[in-house]
Amino acid sequence: MKVLVPVKRVIDYNVKVRVKPDQTGVDLANVKMSMNPFDEIATEEAVRMKEKGVATEVIAVSIGPVQAQETIRTALAMGADRGILIQTDVDVDPLAVAKLLKAVIAEENPDLVVMGKQAIDGDNNAVGQMLAALLDWPQATFASKIEVADGKASVTREIDGGLQTLEVSLPAVITADLRLNEPRYASLPNIMKAKKKEIAIKTAADYGVDVASKLKVLKVTEPPKRSAGVKVENAAELVAKLKTEAGVL
Amino acid sequence: MAVLVVADHTNAALGEATAKTVAAAQKLGGDIDILVAGQGARPAADAAAKLAGVRKVLLAESDALGHQLAEAVTDTVVSLAGGYDAILIPATSAGKNYSPRIAAKLDVNQITDVIEVVSPDTFVRPIYAGNALETVQSSDAKKVITVRPTAFKPVADGGSAPVETVAAAPAAGREAGFVGEEVVKSDRPELAGAKIVVSGGRAMGSAEEFHRVIEPLADKLGAAVGASRAAVDAGYAPNDYQVGQTGKVVAPDLYIAVGISGAIQHLAGMKDSKVIVAINKDADAPIFQVADYGIVGDYKTVVPELMAALG
Ligand SMILES: Cc1cc2nc3c(=O)[nH]c(=O)nc-3n(C[C@H](O)[C@H](O)[C@H](O)COP(=O)(O)OP(=O)(O)OC[C@H]3O[C@@H](n4cnc5c(N)ncnc54)[C@H](O)[C@@H]3O)c2cc1C
Repeated sequence: MKVLVPVKRVIDYNVKVRVKPDQTGVDLANVKMSMNPFDEIATEEAVRMKEKGVATEVIAVSIGPVQAQETIRTALAMGADRGILIQTDVDVDPLAVAKLLKAVIAEENPDLVVMGKQAIDGDNNAVGQMLAALLDWPQATFASKIEVADGKASVTREIDGGLQTLEVSLPAVITADLRLNEPRYASLPNIMKAKKKEIAIKTAADYGVDVASKLKVLKVTEPPKRSAGVKVENAAELVAKLKTEAGVL
Repeated sequence: MAVLVVADHTNAALGEATAKTVAAAQKLGGDIDILVAGQGARPAADAAAKLAGVRKVLLAESDALGHQLAEAVTDTVVSLAGGYDAILIPATSAGKNYSPRIAAKLDVNQITDVIEVVSPDTFVRPIYAGNALETVQSSDAKKVITVRPTAFKPVADGGSAPVETVAAAPAAGREAGFVGEEVVKSDRPELAGAKIVVSGGRAMGSAEEFHRVIEPLADKLGAAVGASRAAVDAGYAPNDYQVGQTGKVVAPDLYIAVGISGAIQHLAGMKDSKVIVAINKDADAPIFQVADYGIVGDYKTVVPELMAALG
């Protein structure tokens, strides 16, 4: 079984994001970039499938600038077998990402796509579902447990009120939620080994996909700031303030 | 202009997010219809028909729709999409699951998590865990939009729209199959729409402590219970209690954070609350930067005192 894992290079989750004064976006100059945390979880899951003998090959795909090769190298160091970079400096929107992935899938014919449920930059939570739609494949989003056997995946999903279990026949798209696993740190020998693994460099044009977006960003602004309030001495004072000053009790 | 709102519901009842999404739809203008896609969902459809400003309610029923499986909901919405200029979907866990599938089937981008309708083609949405707001203009002929419910006040009851039955799209044979569900019924208010939320963090240290400390305080206040990711990951609280960037977004009148540090991912889910109270033993915890009222202290003493002060 071949597994495809899309991985995105995003601003590290620990970085304090700053909006650019000219309102064209957020400041990405000289900030730490990392693999989207949900994609790390997806990569981990795919690598575990390989270690268990369920998967035979894990392919990491990234769409982004030349530096996204580093993101692919991270996946390779975790245990993915090879990478594909679709190099672009355009901020590709979720629908175009899904179309590019569909084109990759037409060439690679994976049995399963495991991917993060959401990228922590755009916060769209959309590509997995869009990809499943374009391929006409079943989807299982927000997975906290995946078991693959006999051409099927049983997936436990995090939903409102609890957990839901679905069975999807492969090929399918599964998106990873936080509780699916705890991603490993790549070991030094594996980081060295990853340097020798192959990354194919492509462009969107190679796949005949137009990445121009129909969603135009007019501006990016700071959210209204919340200012710190007061410290109160004890619970009695708090309750009094909530009743009289704040009027919420 | 005609807008289709896809209802958030549990078949037996309409979710509060639906009335809030109708409020967003009113900002777009034009006729508003609501689709209730479920099984045995007549009660939800009847409740939707009572919302003010709705032209009609469409009720589609099938087994697959009963569990709101993404493939089934998508195919039914797409079969109705021809009659609408915009499709609005509440950004609940069910809505987030099927909405992008609908958008892709219609070959349009999704406009995600809208918090403000500037004009029928221009919207404001949070990005980067709410640390930036993006104003986007869509040139797609048909718009698929998810609405952040906490950003809109629900429309009132008082309508009496007709309920029309429509066909559920036939199964295409490549859909996920439903196996089972473990859903915990709670007497507490629903987290996403509650007036008061009490949330516990990693400081609780165990599930027992979470039950012992957070739940009685919540019950005393008639509040919903929430948690940080750390508390959920550690198994102190169930997954659907998670408040934050990648969990639930809440905006109650009062949010009480107990033993939560205030990571940006947590703040993303609660910083639009009207009043925030933080109880934390670390005076420098970032949560105090957004809290209206803070108590620096050990929750083990502060929470019992708070229970006593509430009487
Ligand atoms: C991709 C991604 C998504 C995420 N999504 C979310 C999300 O949706 N929601 C979310 O919450 N987090 C999310 N996180 C995690 C987030 O970054 C933080 O790790 C998490 O919020 C920390 O939880 P916490 O505040 O309970 O724990 P900690 O940060 O460990 O804080 C515990 C706090 O308790 C205080 N404390 C300890 N003992 C006591 C005591 N006896 N009395 C009083 N106070 C005490 C400490 O001073 C400390 O401030 C996400 C992270 C990633 C990478």
